[in-house]
Amino acid sequence: MTTEAWQVVFFTLETSALSTLLILPFGIAIAWLLARRDWPGKAVLETLVMLPLFVPPVATGLVLLMLFGRHGALGRILQDSFGIDVVFTWRAVVIAGAVMSFPLLVRSAQTAFQEVNRRFEDIARTLGSNERRVFRTISFPLAGRGIVAGAVLAFARAMGEFGATAIVAGMIPRRTMTISLAIYQNIQLGHDRAALPLLVVSIVFVFIAVFFGQMISRGSRR
Amino acid sequence: MSLQLREVRLKLPAFAVEIDSTFDRAIVGIFGPSGAGKTTLLELISGLRRPDAGRILLDDGTLFDASTAVNVRPRLRRIGYVPQDLALFPHLNVRANLIYGQRPAGENGLFTLEHAATVMEIERLLDRDVTTLSGGEQQRVAFARAILSAPRLLLLDEPMSSLDSRLKQRLVPFLLRIRDEFHIPLIYVTHDSRELSSLCDEVLLLHQGKIVGRGSPVELLGAET
Repeated sequence: MTTEAWQVVFFTLETSALSTLLILPFGIAIAWLLARRDWPGKAVLETLVMLPLFVPPVATGLVLLMLFGRHGALGRILQDSFGIDVVFTWRAVVIAGAVMSFPLLVRSAQTAFQEVNRRFEDIARTLGSNERRVFRTISFPLAGRGIVAGAVLAFARAMGEFGATAIVAGMIPRRTMTISLAIYQNIQLGHDRAALPLLVVSIVFVFIAVFFGQMISRGSRR
Repeated sequence: MSLQLREVRLKLPAFAVEIDSTFDRAIVGIFGPSGAGKTTLLELISGLRRPDAGRILLDDGTLFDASTAVNVRPRLRRIGYVPQDLALFPHLNVRANLIYGQRPAGENGLFTLEHAATVMEIERLLDRDVTTLSGGEQQRVAFARAILSAPRLLLLDEPMSSLDSRLKQRLVPFLLRIRDEFHIPLIYVTHDSRELSSLCDEVLLLHQGKIVGRGSPVELLGAET
């Protein structure tokens, strides 16, 4: 593999890890809310969270482009307040990966929280714990394996992300080029053989991540 | 201890729990068949369920009053609760379970970990994983954990239902120690009349959410016990 190909691999690993870290706090919070609280319109939030799984990724990319572009609602704030550009930068790669992998994290963590016996939380309350301590000492540790499994699956999904990333980040060599984008570009240029090593690396990393995600998830249900 | 439930009402799918009663004996037994509303009653007292109507008072304080929207949270009620499945936290060892809700020991040092562990005879189990304990050991750890939170009242929901009769008899003295050593009043729920005769000062019969009888174990269950 060429040096440039290795750079693409490391860039993909870094941005996928950042995507996963970015969604962890929000994903855990929303998963807990969905698992433990009821309110009118809960189904709307549940559906919104799942949308990226079913909406065409390029459509999600277009939404992100409109949101984070220089004239977009969020893009303008980030540019005016912090001087940060998102679109066609590594930040766009991270955000696209985060949005596309968010449902996997939430679904896995939600199931993990639902599987925590509510009796443990109730008894913790009768033992003097407030809601924050119940979460920190009971719910979160007992759901921990499921959350880790969800995070690993989200990481794998971010690694394979293509459609939304292509729209919002482009395919800029050494700036936004991920494994998926590089494979696509090589095929487009007729360099199929150059795409093969990236294909193998991609399959190996995603296989490892999904395998461990499943193992951890299975362990949490024992 | 004086626990008062005044016209407390909670609608359940099959029937309504309706209680208007005072509990003021050291160990009160609640007896009734499965599905009579026994666990629901304990959840109402502990604050884990909210009644539709009525008032709940413990000693001089109001725990719940539907008319004034007072509803003291479970963590502030200082009412211990040992559920049927004991709910020992599986990710914590025995020691961590015991100190989870521990309050300051007080001037007489009554509620220290060492004292509670000694009285419940679990000193040698402190570093064990709770999932490796026998049924009887788990019961005593659950009792000790509840004791260490220095409750004003302890609710026990069929805590011995999974044990055979020989083990149950061995655990009765430990329950009496909670009353005699720590001076904690108990409300003890069961559907086994034999447990009541050896433990309780007073028994209430519960049927479909309503108290249908009240008296000493001999008066109420004499023929059965």
